[in-house]
Amino acid sequence: MSDPTRLSIAETRDALAARELSAEELTQAHIQAIDGGNAALNAFILPTPDHALEMARASDERLAKGEAGPLEGIPLGIKDLFCTKGVRTTACSHILDGFEPGYESTVTRNLWNAGAVMLGKLNCDEFAMGSSNETSYYEPVINPWRRSGSDAKLVPGGSSGGSASAVAACLAQGATATDTGGSIRQPASLTGTVGLKPTYGRCSRWGIVAFASSLDQAGPITRTVRDSAIMLGAMAGYDEKDTTSVNMPVPDYEAAVGESIKGLKVGIPREYSMEGMPAEIEALWQTGIDWLKDAGAEISDVSLPHTKYALPAYYIVAPAEASSNLARYDGVRYGLRIEGDDIVDMYEKTRAAGFGAEVKRRVLIGTYVLSAGYYDAYYLKAQRVRTLIKRDFEQVFEDVDVLLTPATPGPAFALGEKSGDPIEMYLNDIFTVPANMSGLPGISIPGGLSGEGTPLGLQLISRAFDEEMLFRVGHVIEQAAGKLPEPENWWSTS
Amino acid sequence: MEIDDATVRKIARLARIKVDDAEAKTLKGELTGILDWVEQLDEVETDGVEPMTCVTEMEMHMRTDKVTDGGYPEEIVRNAPQHAGTFFVVPKVVE
Repeated sequence: MSDPTRLSIAETRDALAARELSAEELTQAHIQAIDGGNAALNAFILPTPDHALEMARASDERLAKGEAGPLEGIPLGIKDLFCTKGVRTTACSHILDGFEPGYESTVTRNLWNAGAVMLGKLNCDEFAMGSSNETSYYEPVINPWRRSGSDAKLVPGGSSGGSASAVAACLAQGATATDTGGSIRQPASLTGTVGLKPTYGRCSRWGIVAFASSLDQAGPITRTVRDSAIMLGAMAGYDEKDTTSVNMPVPDYEAAVGESIKGLKVGIPREYSMEGMPAEIEALWQTGIDWLKDAGAEISDVSLPHTKYALPAYYIVAPAEASSNLARYDGVRYGLRIEGDDIVDMYEKTRAAGFGAEVKRRVLIGTYVLSAGYYDAYYLKAQRVRTLIKRDFEQVFEDVDVLLTPATPGPAFALGEKSGDPIEMYLNDIFTVPANMSGLPGISIPGGLSGEGTPLGLQLISRAFDEEMLFRVGHVIEQAAGKLPEPENWWSTS
Repeated sequence: MEIDDATVRKIARLARIKVDDAEAKTLKGELTGILDWVEQLDEVETDGVEPMTCVTEMEMHMRTDKVTDGGYPEEIVRNAPQHAGTFFVVPKVVE
C-alpha cells in the first residue's frame, strides 16, 4: 500500500476487509501526516494519537473476528464543537478553556459504534461563528490550496475550516462538521471537498455545543460523494435525548450513489443569480446545468422570491438564539473565570475576556433584538419571513426534485481580506443560509477551479429527508467534473 | 437604526459582557451597520404570516416523567473553576 492517507473511505473499507492494510497502519500513516503537516495548516487543535492507535488496534481485532462496523478503522477528525468524553472540547473559545466533557455527543458515539477512529479535535470558528475560521481562539486554519503562482495564505472557509482543511490535505479521511448557516458547505466549496448538511432533525444535536438551536445540524466533510453517504449513514439516527431528532429509519444512503438521474427534474432558482456575481461563478453554474442535462435530467427555471431576505433574517434569528445559548458561559460551572468585585462583575469580566469580537457582536445583536420593545419588530418579523422562505421551497418542490445553485459567491480569499467588515463576511453564506432557514438538506460538491486555480463548489438542495437525492445527483456532478487537480503539497515537512 | 452609547452600554449590561470605551465605540458602529442592513426585512409583507416555531414538521415525543440520569455530582463539578465538595463556589451574593 503506497500511501493509505490518499484513499477514499470506500477504498479503505475494501483494503481493510481484504487485509491489504491494517487499521493500525492506516492510523499510523495519518498520525505521521498530522505530525508533518499540522504545524503549517493548524487544522487540528488537539491531535489524540495515543487514543487513535488504541481505537485502531481494537478495530483490527474486530476486523480479524469478522465483526467490522460500517466505518471500521476509518480515521476521522472531530470538529471541536462535538463533546468527546474525557477529551478537551472548547468550541475554539477561550471561555471553555480546559473543559473535558464527562459525556460523548450522540453523533460521535454513533461513529465510534460504527468502528471509526478519532484522530483528534479540529479547529473551527469560535462557537462556529464565522465564515473563514479566523475567529478561532486557536488561530486561523490555512487552506491547503493556494492561488496559482502565489504563496499567500488562503482561508479554508468556516466555520468548519479545520474539518475541510484536514480532509483536503489528507490529514483525515473524513471529518465531522456542523452547519448553522453554511458552515459545512462553504468550507467544502473553498477546499474542493464534499460537504453535506442533512435535514434538520436527521442527526442528533445532543452533546454538540449549541450555537443556534433551530438551525444547527451536524454533517460530514469527505473527499467523495460516496464517502459522504457512508459517513451520514453512521452519524444519522433517532436520539431520544434530542427532542428535535426525528424518529425515521436511516436509509441505505450509499445505494443512491450511482443511480441514474434520467427524467429527474432539476430546478434552477433565478434569484440565486445575483447582481455583481463573478462571471466564473455563473459559468460554473451553467456547466453544472449542462452536466445534469447531458445525464438526462430535465432542467427548469424556478423562483424562490424571498431568497434575498434569508441572510438578513438569519442575522436576527441566529444571534438571538446564540445570545440565549451562550448565557450558560458565566465562569461558574466550567471553563474560564475572571474574578470580580461581586458576582455580576465576575460574570461580566469572564465573558469580556472569554468571548472573541465576533461572538460578542452576535451576543449583543441577539440581546438587542430580544430585548423589551424590539422582540416583535425583529425576532418575530424574522421568524415570519422564515415561514415565507420555507413556503417558497415547498412550492418549488411540488414541481422539481432538486435545486442546483452555486455553493459560494467566490473562491477562497486571503487571510485578513474580509475580516474588516462583518457584513462582507456574512455575504459568504448568501447561497447556503436559505437551506438552514428551511431545514432542508444541502450538499456542496467540487465543480471546478476558479481563475485563481482554487476550487469552487456547486450546491444541491432537496426536499426534507431526501438526502438520497443529493447523493444521487451529486455523484453525477462528481463524475462529470472529473478529478480536480490536487493542491501541491507545500505544508508537509515529512 | 442608530445605536447610541447608552444603548450599547445597556445591552452589554443585559448580556453580562464588560465593554470598555474603545470597544463600545467600535460596537456602536458595527451594531448600527448590522441593524441597518437587516432593516430590509421591512420590505416584506408579513401580515397574517405565522412566525416559524419549528422548521421540520414533527410530533413532539413524550416520555415518562422519571429520573433517567444523574447521581454523580463529583462529575458535574469536576470542570468548575472553583468548587467545594460537590458545590459550585461563587462570590458572595447575599449580604
